Amino acid sequence: MSTTLTAPRPYAEDVGGPAQPLLIARDLAKHFRVRGGSKTARVRAVDGVSFTLFKGETLGIVGESGCGKSTLARLVLHLVERDGGELIFDGEPVGAPRGISIAALRRHVQMVFQDSYSSLNPRMPVQDSVAFGPFVHGRKKPDARRVARDMLVKVGLNPDLFGPRYPHELSGGQKQRVNIARALAIEPRMVILDEAVSALDKSVEAQVLNLLRSLKQQFNLTYLFISHDLNVVRYVSDRVLVMYLGRVVELGPSEDIFTNPLHPYTRALLGSRPSMDPTNRIEEPPITGDPPSPIDPPGGCRFHTRCPFAEAVCEAKSPELGAWLERGSHVAACHMLNAGSGHSAAPA
Amino acid sequence: MLGYIGRRILFAIPIAFGVSVVCFSLVYLAPGDPLQTILPSDATAEMVAQIKQAYGLDRPLPVQFLLWLGHVLTGDFGMSISTRRPVILEVTGALSNTFMLTSFAVPLAFIVGYTMGAIAGCFPGRAIDRVVTGASVVGVSLPNYWLGIVLVIVFAVELMALPATGMGPKGSAEFSFFRWSDAQYLVQPVVTLSMIPVGIISRTTRAAVSEVLNQDFVTTLRAKGLGEFAVIRHVLKNSAPQVLAVMGLQFGYLMGGSILVETVFTWPGSGFMLSKAIINRDIPVLQGTILFLAMIFVATNLVVDLLQSVIDPRIRRS
Amino acid sequence: MSQTATLPAGARFDDDLPPALRVRGYWSSVGVRLRHDPATLCFGVIVLLIVLAAIFAPLIAPFDPYKESVVLRLKPFGYRGHPLGTDELGRDLLSRLIYGGRSSLLMGLVPVCIATALGGTLGVIGGFAGRTVNAAIMRTMDVFYAFPSVLLAVAISGAMGGGMANGMAALALVFIPAMCRVAETATAQVRSLDFIEAARATGAGTFTIVRYHVLGNVLGPVFIYASSLVSVSILLASGLSFLGLGVKPPTPDWGLMLSTLRQSIYVAPLSCALPGAAIFVTSICFNLVSDGIRSAMDVRL
Repeated sequence: MSTTLTAPRPYAEDVGGPAQPLLIARDLAKHFRVRGGSKTARVRAVDGVSFTLFKGETLGIVGESGCGKSTLARLVLHLVERDGGELIFDGEPVGAPRGISIAALRRHVQMVFQDSYSSLNPRMPVQDSVAFGPFVHGRKKPDARRVARDMLVKVGLNPDLFGPRYPHELSGGQKQRVNIARALAIEPRMVILDEAVSALDKSVEAQVLNLLRSLKQQFNLTYLFISHDLNVVRYVSDRVLVMYLGRVVELGPSEDIFTNPLHPYTRALLGSRPSMDPTNRIEEPPITGDPPSPIDPPGGCRFHTRCPFAEAVCEAKSPELGAWLERGSHVAACHMLNAGSGHSAAPA
Repeated sequence: MLGYIGRRILFAIPIAFGVSVVCFSLVYLAPGDPLQTILPSDATAEMVAQIKQAYGLDRPLPVQFLLWLGHVLTGDFGMSISTRRPVILEVTGALSNTFMLTSFAVPLAFIVGYTMGAIAGCFPGRAIDRVVTGASVVGVSLPNYWLGIVLVIVFAVELMALPATGMGPKGSAEFSFFRWSDAQYLVQPVVTLSMIPVGIISRTTRAAVSEVLNQDFVTTLRAKGLGEFAVIRHVLKNSAPQVLAVMGLQFGYLMGGSILVETVFTWPGSGFMLSKAIINRDIPVLQGTILFLAMIFVATNLVVDLLQSVIDPRIRRS
Repeated sequence: MSQTATLPAGARFDDDLPPALRVRGYWSSVGVRLRHDPATLCFGVIVLLIVLAAIFAPLIAPFDPYKESVVLRLKPFGYRGHPLGTDELGRDLLSRLIYGGRSSLLMGLVPVCIATALGGTLGVIGGFAGRTVNAAIMRTMDVFYAFPSVLLAVAISGAMGGGMANGMAALALVFIPAMCRVAETATAQVRSLDFIEAARATGAGTFTIVRYHVLGNVLGPVFIYASSLVSVSILLASGLSFLGLGVKPPTPDWGLMLSTLRQSIYVAPLSCALPGAAIFVTSICFNLVSDGIRSAMDVRL
């Protein structure tokens, strides 16, 4: 009896139908207490993030280091506790008494981590690491191991050759394949890829990205793809979310964002990619300095300290994101786009 | 930095408190009625009542602890069952003798151990390294009291060069280490006592020296043309703090752990007093001595930690 | 990719692969490393011999270790069939040495086992639990750590009145804080690694995670440390016996023998040194074996 992971699964578990977003995040927040600092100082890692994730798409999340991407990933999976906001999975609120429990959520959402080395138990053969998920969810050990071996095949690893190996006997790309196999072993509907290819060599990275794409089609998955590499995100994502200092700065279809960025930060980010065209060298960096500390973020729009278009209203008031709930919308949190915001460049 | 010092001292207080709790409960570990353990068998009924009052032996345990603590903090450690003298007099007298041993043993151990370890660290993998490493292993695997006995056999029994036991021909009261006739009694106990620290210090030194030698700045020094002796001086200077810390800890350890060596040589120090107290079931002396020694150990650790943070600024930040 | 083929029962999965490509598990790789370490093997054999001699003492010892004889006191080596002479009560020294191994080894090994079990458990709990539980456990351990080990062992067994059981309990209490610290450090290190988070993300409960993911990684350092404690324990145990806090006479015990023979040091100096030699040899062999085990197990994966 083979596993059920062979054909695209029917929408048996699909509660809301294809039109309903798989995930709606509303004003998610996570503040960490600062060690040694004043009692009230908090690292505002994620400070009011809202977005939708539609079924079957890949949403890319980009931003500089420290903008809160990884914390956001952990918030979705509830590996850290929410400090604010809500999460709605396929129409059911997470953690609410009438909604879906965190344990049940973890049945549907899985994660692939960045550091392929520490994400595998060094004392466990790789097939046991993959089999652990099914085992925890009730399968008997031989059964779980069979599922694991089948999964290894799906990610392109010969289970006889690689199954009994230990993580230190695998290359980086192979380890990431194992991580992907582990994430898919319990048949989730959504996979969060937290910088999953960032640590790999370019050629290996391309292979793994293609693997992810084919797996997504095979198993009808939805991806949340977190990365700091803009080119990779463009290649992989249907829609892109740009984060800065714990907040959403821009959200929209991938090509729209890359060809017509709305937010000054996005523009600067895209402009800072090294150019391949010798006639079109980048002389000056489009953006200078380091992002401010997330412990004491600037008031109003977080970006105003580095924004060439900043005005008084930017320091005073936080700009709103706009219609982020709608599919296909391209929105940015900038006063220059919101009518009547008080910014000189805003539409009337 | 004052913050670090303050915090470190503050941290030592609950430890000291915990230590006193453990010492307090020793009396209760002893089989039998606590009253019997701290009073001599021929105590008068009046004395019994007095002690009962002073230590609150018919009241709940926490109260007893506080009463005991109060006595201790004012210097009243009770009376020795065997000698009927106040414990604190016995203990402080004996402690100074142990201190004499330790203050010779630690520098000796440092000189010998550091030299051995430094040589071994500078020539890793060579014969001298193996010899030193082997000697360190022997040093920590040897029962040091057995070494004491062997030394007595060789020097006192066979060669008759050194006395076997005791502290001077006239006893500890008139001991002066400026006279050889007295000082010769020091030789064997000090050597025996320094054996384990030599092993530990040489091992630590070797590790510290070879670690420093592998650092990039040494390669830079050599590349700049500095002579080998000067390089070694730098290396030794850099590896010294780690070793000094270990040495400081050994001081506390020796003060507290000298019982076996002192028993072998009948050296009238705190350790010997402890072993006498065990034989005589003299619990007040046992308790008082242990409390003193443990506190000395805690204080030594504290001082070493603070000195280290002064010398090595990296520690302050953790 | 090839599908999974069914292998005949009993076959290794990689029988058809050349030996260089075969996968070796962690424990079998430890075994290989040990097999190629002649020094450790040699000392290991000595340790084994000592242990076996103690177990089979009644079969090996030439005389009854308890049989006293007024006329045969402190006789030299070889006298009338006593290979190592007699002690101050006329008992055969060799037999007493062989039998003495029993109590010395017992008092050396049992406390380490107890300390590993209790201290290890406390350490894992402390490493995995929240901050308050961790602080409570570790600060309590700090208090016991504030005593020099000899002093603590003497204090506890001295207060309790001596005897083998009390001695073993005292030693166990001395080692528990150290073992707890080792286990807690290892657990805390493992706990912060991603695969623990991944396991939680899969939906595993704390107990399952500890059992399948944490223990395997913690047992290594704990075992290495325990093996290094054995030689220390033997030394401390014989030290306690030397002070009269271990087994009671006339039970043969190396530390006790050192103490009683010491009184006759001027008459029979060599006999006096023998029990100490036994302690030394046993302790150093255990020490070297544990060093070898550490080199074999402490591989940077």
